[in-house]
Amino acid sequence: MTRALLLLRRRLVGSVFVLLIVVIGTFLLLEAAPGDAVDAYIASTGGDAGMIELLRHRWGLDQSALTRLATYLWALLHLDLGQSVTFSRPIRDVILERLPNTLLLMGSATALSFGLGSALGIYAGARPGGFRDRLLSIGSLALYAVPGFWLGLVLIIVFAVDLRWFPIGGIESIASGKTGLDRAADIARHLVLPVSALGFIYLALYLRMMRAGMAEVWRQDFVLAARAKGLSRRRIVLAHVARNALLPLVTMLGLQSAQMLGGSVVIESVFSVPGLGRLAQEAVAARDTPLLLGIILVSAVLVIVINLLVDIAYAFLDPRVGASEAGA
Amino acid sequence: MSPLRRFLCTPEAIAGAIILAALFAMALTAPLFFPGDPQAIAGPALLPPFQDWSLPLGTDRLGRDVLAALLHGARTSLAVGLAAAAAALAVGAVVGTLAGFAGGLVDEVLMRITDAFQTVPSFLLALAFVSVVGPSLGVVVAAIALGAWTGPARVARAEVLSIRERDFVAGARVIGMHPLEIAFREVLPNALPPVLALSSVIVAAAILTEAALSFLGLGDPNRVTWGGMIAEGRAVLRTAPFLSIIPGVALVLTVLGIYLAGEGVVETAAVRRSLS
Repeated sequence: MTRALLLLRRRLVGSVFVLLIVVIGTFLLLEAAPGDAVDAYIASTGGDAGMIELLRHRWGLDQSALTRLATYLWALLHLDLGQSVTFSRPIRDVILERLPNTLLLMGSATALSFGLGSALGIYAGARPGGFRDRLLSIGSLALYAVPGFWLGLVLIIVFAVDLRWFPIGGIESIASGKTGLDRAADIARHLVLPVSALGFIYLALYLRMMRAGMAEVWRQDFVLAARAKGLSRRRIVLAHVARNALLPLVTMLGLQSAQMLGGSVVIESVFSVPGLGRLAQEAVAARDTPLLLGIILVSAVLVIVINLLVDIAYAFLDPRVGASEAGA
Repeated sequence: MSPLRRFLCTPEAIAGAIILAALFAMALTAPLFFPGDPQAIAGPALLPPFQDWSLPLGTDRLGRDVLAALLHGARTSLAVGLAAAAAALAVGAVVGTLAGFAGGLVDEVLMRITDAFQTVPSFLLALAFVSVVGPSLGVVVAAIALGAWTGPARVARAEVLSIRERDFVAGARVIGMHPLEIAFREVLPNALPPVLALSSVIVAAAILTEAALSFLGLGDPNRVTWGGMIAEGRAVLRTAPFLSIIPGVALVLTVLGIYLAGEGVVETAAVRRSLS
């Protein structure tokens, strides 16, 4: 336990610095954007020069860049991301409202790609160089070449337009009045296509990694020992080879979270899932830069948290991790 | 056996090379076969493919030639993919070399910045950058490179860390070369091979990112892009799905060709290294 805590402490300190750099970066982008919050506000409501002066002063936009950065940081410390002009609500509330949908989409897609990908990887890596291995390698490469948004459109054409098995988009039936399990089933039915579109792309990654890891483990001495003991091939593949090749995939889970989040932007707009990604696109369309940068900040925090969780899980799975620090 | 021969030994590499050759041929001959504006109206709207031989792949919602757009789109995809990857590799190699060779505080600061760039989803970063600066070809290239340089930087740094301990670097120090000169003239060229091995993956990712950006309407509005064509076709997905499917197939084949050829090159290089 102390091992995990020590690791966590060291990673948390590093994360604070990383987050600070991200905040300064987003602030610089905000500065580079033409116009400010007042321009956006006046464009939507109208007002004269006096009104503009007043708002600039009230919102602190007439201060120097350094003062504004300090104010921005101070507000962030209080979890205040500012006001969204398009929604006329605090950015934090808008983001928190959309976040669960994205987490649900990302979580399900990760489960799909990790589960199916590693299973197929074991299937391919059971006999490296064999027919199944070659077929799956080519297949996964082809799958990895498919753009997620296009896969989404093809799935819509086949399963929503032609076969009518699943709804075209959205997260749940509008005003259906469903509650409890009925509602959960309804949401699940809406999520099948977007989760497949997002998950199948990354499935290839886990498949290839699992397969490569297994090819590596096959060469180790303990596999030879297991063979010499007369263990069944099935047991060697599952308990000895696959088990040892699985660990690097856990690390990949954390590293991929940022990619997955980026991928969900396009998938959410293809399937009109009201999540963080779709919000980002709405922010772009409405030129609501503060909202867009708020989304980037929240995604960065999300990625950091996911990676911390993965690190902790890793420390539990592999006793070698952090052992030197706990001993010191 | 010559490297080229060995490269052409695996069927995957041959397939990749053929696809890439076809792609470059498409991109280079686009202005010859379709000298006019690919966004000009060429015939009746929504003509299905293989009906009229002067418009073999049919027309889109506004009656524009799909084949002409496809060929001109290949130019955009390849140009953006290659330029963004070149920029990402160059920036990554320089940052990685500086961090690895200088060590200490410089290394710490540069690697934290790299961490920060890896923490922000690269697609969101590209989206924000393009929407703030405004969509044009150069901005799209910069936006994609912004999210892609971190991988090369890490690889370059790891390589530099081992190279800087070699004797020839000590030799260069002894003859009084400037540290920056050692870093960029002696160390960097030796650290390049593993960095360049990433190029096929980076070009492929750049092409996919460009397609996704233009799909969301953030591509250069004055150029035909495959992502933009797919987005156009989305409006008539029920009646004319071919409009979204054709450019999508082109994208998949392109990226697959790059992966296959890239794997072939890496394998050839690995064999050559193990032979020597």
